[in-house]
Amino acid sequence: MPKRTDIKKVLVIGSGPIIIGQACEFDYSGTQACKALKEEGYEVVLVNSNPATIMTDPVFSHRTYIEPLTLPYLEDLIRREKPQALLPTVGGQTALNLAMSLHREGILEKYGVELIGANEVAIEKAESRELFKQVLIKVGVDFPKSGEASTVDEALEIASQVGFPCVIRPSFTLGGTGASVAYNIEEFRVECARGLEASPTSQILVEESVLGWKEFELELIRDKKDNVVVVCSIENVDPMGVHTGDSITIAPAQTLSDVEYQDLRDKALAIIREVGVDTGGSNIQFAVHPETGRVVAIEMNPRVSRSSALASKATGFPIARIATKLAIGYTLDEIPNDITKKTPSCFEPSIDYVVTKIPRFAFEKFPRSDSRLSPSMKSVGEAMAMGRTFKESLQKALRSLEVKWWGLNPLSERRTIKTEGGWIEGIRNYIKTPKPDRILWVAQAFREGFTEKEVYELTSIDLWFLRQIKELTEEEKEIRAYVGRLSDISKKQLREWKRLGFSDKSLSIQLQTSEENIRKLRMKHQIVPVYKCVDTCAAEFESFTPYFYSTYEEEGDDISVNDRKKVMILGGGPNRIGQGIEFDYCCVQALFALQEEGVESIMVNCNPETVSTDYDMSDKLYFEPLTLEDILHIIDHEKPMGVVVHFGGQTPLNLSRELAKLNVPILGTSAQAIEIAEDRDKFRALCNRLQINQPESVVVSDASHVLEAAEKIGFPLLVRPSYVLGGRGMEIIYNSRELQKWLGKKHEISEDSPLLMDRFLKNAIEVDVDAICDGQEVLIVGMMEQIHEAGVHSGDSACSLPPMSLSPSIQKELERQTCLMALELKVKGLINIQFAIEEQNIFVIEVNPRASRTVPFASKARGIPFAKLAMKVMLGKKLKDLEISQAGMDLVYVKESVFPFKRFPETDIVLGPEMRSTGEVMGVGKTFGEAFGKATLASGYPLPLTGTAFLSVKDADKEACLSIAKDLVGLGFELVATRGTAQFLNEKGLSVRSVNKVNEGRPHIVDHIKNGEISLVVNTSALGVHEVGAAYELRRNTLMRNLCYFTTVAAARAGVQAIAEHKRIPVSTHCLQEREI
Amino acid sequence: MQDSFWKAALYLENGHVFLGKGFGAKAIQGGEAVFNTGMSGYQEIFSDPSYSHQVVVMTHTQIGNYGVNGSDIESDSLLLKGVVAREYFSKPSNWRAQQSLGDYLQKAGVPGISEVDTRRVTKLLRDEGAQRSIIFPVDTENVEEIKEKGASLLAQIPQMEGLDLVSQVSCREPWEFEAEKNKLKNSAGTIVVYDFGVKWNILRSLSSRGFRVRVVPYQMPAEEVKKEKPVAVCLSNGPGDPARVPHAVKEIQALMGQFPILAICMGHQLMARALGGETYKLKYGHHGVNHPVKDLETGKILITSQNHGFAVKPESLPKKDIQVSLINLNDQTLEGFTSKNLKISSIQFHPEAKPGPSDANFLFDQFIKGFLT
Repeated sequence: MPKRTDIKKVLVIGSGPIIIGQACEFDYSGTQACKALKEEGYEVVLVNSNPATIMTDPVFSHRTYIEPLTLPYLEDLIRREKPQALLPTVGGQTALNLAMSLHREGILEKYGVELIGANEVAIEKAESRELFKQVLIKVGVDFPKSGEASTVDEALEIASQVGFPCVIRPSFTLGGTGASVAYNIEEFRVECARGLEASPTSQILVEESVLGWKEFELELIRDKKDNVVVVCSIENVDPMGVHTGDSITIAPAQTLSDVEYQDLRDKALAIIREVGVDTGGSNIQFAVHPETGRVVAIEMNPRVSRSSALASKATGFPIARIATKLAIGYTLDEIPNDITKKTPSCFEPSIDYVVTKIPRFAFEKFPRSDSRLSPSMKSVGEAMAMGRTFKESLQKALRSLEVKWWGLNPLSERRTIKTEGGWIEGIRNYIKTPKPDRILWVAQAFREGFTEKEVYELTSIDLWFLRQIKELTEEEKEIRAYVGRLSDISKKQLREWKRLGFSDKSLSIQLQTSEENIRKLRMKHQIVPVYKCVDTCAAEFESFTPYFYSTYEEEGDDISVNDRKKVMILGGGPNRIGQGIEFDYCCVQALFALQEEGVESIMVNCNPETVSTDYDMSDKLYFEPLTLEDILHIIDHEKPMGVVVHFGGQTPLNLSRELAKLNVPILGTSAQAIEIAEDRDKFRALCNRLQINQPESVVVSDASHVLEAAEKIGFPLLVRPSYVLGGRGMEIIYNSRELQKWLGKKHEISEDSPLLMDRFLKNAIEVDVDAICDGQEVLIVGMMEQIHEAGVHSGDSACSLPPMSLSPSIQKELERQTCLMALELKVKGLINIQFAIEEQNIFVIEVNPRASRTVPFASKARGIPFAKLAMKVMLGKKLKDLEISQAGMDLVYVKESVFPFKRFPETDIVLGPEMRSTGEVMGVGKTFGEAFGKATLASGYPLPLTGTAFLSVKDADKEACLSIAKDLVGLGFELVATRGTAQFLNEKGLSVRSVNKVNEGRPHIVDHIKNGEISLVVNTSALGVHEVGAAYELRRNTLMRNLCYFTTVAAARAGVQAIAEHKRIPVSTHCLQEREI
Repeated sequence: MQDSFWKAALYLENGHVFLGKGFGAKAIQGGEAVFNTGMSGYQEIFSDPSYSHQVVVMTHTQIGNYGVNGSDIESDSLLLKGVVAREYFSKPSNWRAQQSLGDYLQKAGVPGISEVDTRRVTKLLRDEGAQRSIIFPVDTENVEEIKEKGASLLAQIPQMEGLDLVSQVSCREPWEFEAEKNKLKNSAGTIVVYDFGVKWNILRSLSSRGFRVRVVPYQMPAEEVKKEKPVAVCLSNGPGDPARVPHAVKEIQALMGQFPILAICMGHQLMARALGGETYKLKYGHHGVNHPVKDLETGKILITSQNHGFAVKPESLPKKDIQVSLINLNDQTLEGFTSKNLKISSIQFHPEAKPGPSDANFLFDQFIKGFLT
């Protein structure tokens, strides 16, 4: 059937900011969808609130809106654009929920917009637990016993039928937020109460436990003629009980016979047909009892999901792209398989390798929260690796994570000294409880002589995986037999170890030598990997897509060897807090630049969620770990004219020194310049030379001198270990008592790890400046004024472009200093400088001679693809030769950060120098107030226009709070405040009611919040100081009730402006492309 | 039983040699090398008589994972000549596993070789066509010596084309499938199945639909079949060249038009020949479980289980009475035809699956509904 001609204009909804459970995978699917629609000749309207995405680059659609994903803004743009169709299935749960709201509110009907891909009925059937259960009953598929409850008592009734342990799942939450397991009635009550609160509909599902069962997922795709194919099967190494996003997973499924696998396939097909997903991708999750084989269906996503991104990368079958084509009327047999060109897309990929995905966590950022893994997802990113066998694939995936796991790292006894019962008991505990590093403890258990059976009983991890891991630890013994006699290792032996996936680094650890020595030995024996191709068909047909992974085999699949100039771009690896989609955006822009300049592009990355690992973004894609060993092999194989380390964030940047040492040509800013910027002493010398101010600071390498040095600088001060990314370990210390406490906690100070202390700039304004330098000229990309005061990590602070308060002379001076430093460092490409302005004095905080987190935001705000320009400069072009729009900015753009606090129940929401946000949104407006308000809405909080505001500020903020309070009164708000704040404001002539803090008797402020009496919270406290007790209770409840809140005076001031503007002006949306006309 | 391993080699007719680790039987065996792209179902594949005289290269890299059980078998013997794998894992994990794959192959005298770059072998077979091969144990690492030995061993392996294997694999005497069970139920009539190397799931598929299933040897005269008063005749799958199956075409011609005929795989090729059609050898055949076939009547696509090295030339079929009903979307080859007048349903792939998707199971029902009532 041909594509539909009755629709011309299609609206695509993106997934909004990166949050846990919804990350770059939806940028990947959305980008594919926009491309697919565009190439079929449809006019594409895209809305997404996230400026860091690649999909919101204006080239991917005709009309791009970076607007809050809320009904009023959606309605406004639907009214303006009048699309005939809405594709709701490529923007995650966010887009699906929004589409359903648009449907329920009658907006789709009002403007004649048709849902394509999945209709209202199908979405409802898959999403509603009750309806989904009816579907399962109808098609005869078993499911865990369960019941829905709206009160704890109802839940107890269900629990009596279901038994313990049981799972409690709040209804209608994203990524399983709030799901938990209760082993006894006491835990059950607590978890039910928590679940009821987390659910937007105050409903929970109490479910029979299938903990420890084998877990499988099938990725399916269906067309309107009812053709269904299974694109990929995924098996979880971590059994049921750990959210699939937090589990180590592999593809294809390994431990099912064909009879068992086909049974899952039959069931999945029956379910997707009964649910009635017309066209597109879906995934269905099953649990299989390891001893009886009983199969139960767990859940279904009637849309493209995180797993489909993984399945697409794992097989080469582009699910989102195909799903989009099906949504506009094609059938599977009409769409050619891009990889083979000759065969159609209606087939089931066969893969001749094993894919392993391992999640990456960020618990170190949330030290108070429980690092146990559960049915509620907590990971912030993932790495994927391919190898011919599970062992090779697993070991590659482990080192891809970039957490210094070079394989199954041996663990030392020191780690469990505190455990009761000693080392062995400690291991037992570590493997019993799933935590991020359980896989390493499983290996350690085998090293310590645990039997397969013991480990199985403690973990329920399938014996097939355990035996593979055990064999790897047994192989280590063989390796260790060669300690001190490297030259006795035969070529055959070494090759065998490489075939098992051991990295040079992990071999060097076992052999007690250096990684370099292993590499030398390998080179002597000429043991290097070959590159095999991902082709969807296990080599049955010739393939044309250069998508490669390394392995130690006889022969690679070298597709096109040519003498074009090649440039290799190193990606950012797994997402983490501080390094995510922004860098993938920059990498993809760099790929575009290479394409435009006629240079062959080679992309290296190991993050399956990203757009950069889509095989049609680059000329060649190497899906490989970003370690020195793996990168050097690709360089040897491809011999590029240059390697680019500046776009993928800190990961590739950290490799620059070693690459340069090995004479690998680094394109753009030199490794030497990178080092100057990162080395404190060298950088200080540079600043002195240029007469640029830095905050006073001191380096202490002896603990006994710390206090003395601190007194000299004065409190508060900022302490940090050297070479940090994302403010890891950075803290503000307010007095000597705290400093002593901090020193006592964990921090060793020595020559090797000195302590760095900076004077903390009080009430300073922080400014991020991004620029491009070609060695002669400097182009300012963006000057972004941060809304929070200095002390809040720049990645966590909201910011405004253009700056909302900086005087022209300050702006000019910032520009001058930026140019000076860029030229002095001989930057070729992007540079990011963080400044702080304390009482009109400018200080430079840090310089990053690479693409920064703010480049995509600045690019979207100014309508100029800066990362692409930077790549061209790195290729040798001069800024003056590039066509760059000179248009000024007619609107204000505000970036706001989004935090994962709801996922980490024990965490305080106070901001500080440690970055904790996972994503960002952008608000666009004619004024700062409008833009900031939209950014607040886009970040998921309401912006109340009336109601009662609650104020509780620290003493230092009381004066500043007065004007805010006055403004709120002027805007019609009633005010309540804690005693101290109320007293202060009443003295100043305002009428403010005093309320109890949580520890001051009832009713207290949390009672008022729970009763829905408060619509706005302003609560300031010392930056970075995480509290327990009353203040913490207040902030957690504010968070969980999703109230609009501000934790700094500066933010509150911005918030008041936003409320004032939003009271004044109507809802309006702005199209990025309109600016260019 | 603990598996044991030894050094082994795979030698291909084109002169390539692959060294690896032997498992299964420590034996010298050879046959036509074909690759199978199924990611599960090794037990069904290895016990399928159609793989008689073939060496099967599994493109899926992990073989042996879930062991071998007593029920997922497609015949009671292993007729293939060898297994080539990237990794054989000898410690299965599955609640139904009864023994390891190595043990199973060893007892049947079938050699396996692992640690082979199976993707390379697959590409050789794809580019140069299916060819003879041999697996044998080696005690040297001298590649030239191994090649020489391989070449001399290979000389004893016959070419597939022109090979009559059906006479070797067919049953000797007629027998009734699950006779004990049949006594207990009302039969919807008898279906006589010509055994050219039948997969048991064809028998299960008919039996479970209520028929008494009579399996007869490949050379059973049509007259004898008529005596059974069957409601239909089924021509089974089987190994080798359809042009070399003695008797079959003649008997089929004698049954044609008199009984509804369901023909599968080799049966389909013989059916075509009986109608005057021609068969030819495919370059490397279809062996896997992911082949898209279009049902021309409904326009729907079936993901099918396939295992054939020969195919029918569609233009060679008589236009009269015959409708092409199924085609392969990967290479447009003929996958099936029907004849309303002659009550024939002829299918190149395996509607009974095992291994593979059950998408085409309905073809049994379609045949029964269309021609038997």
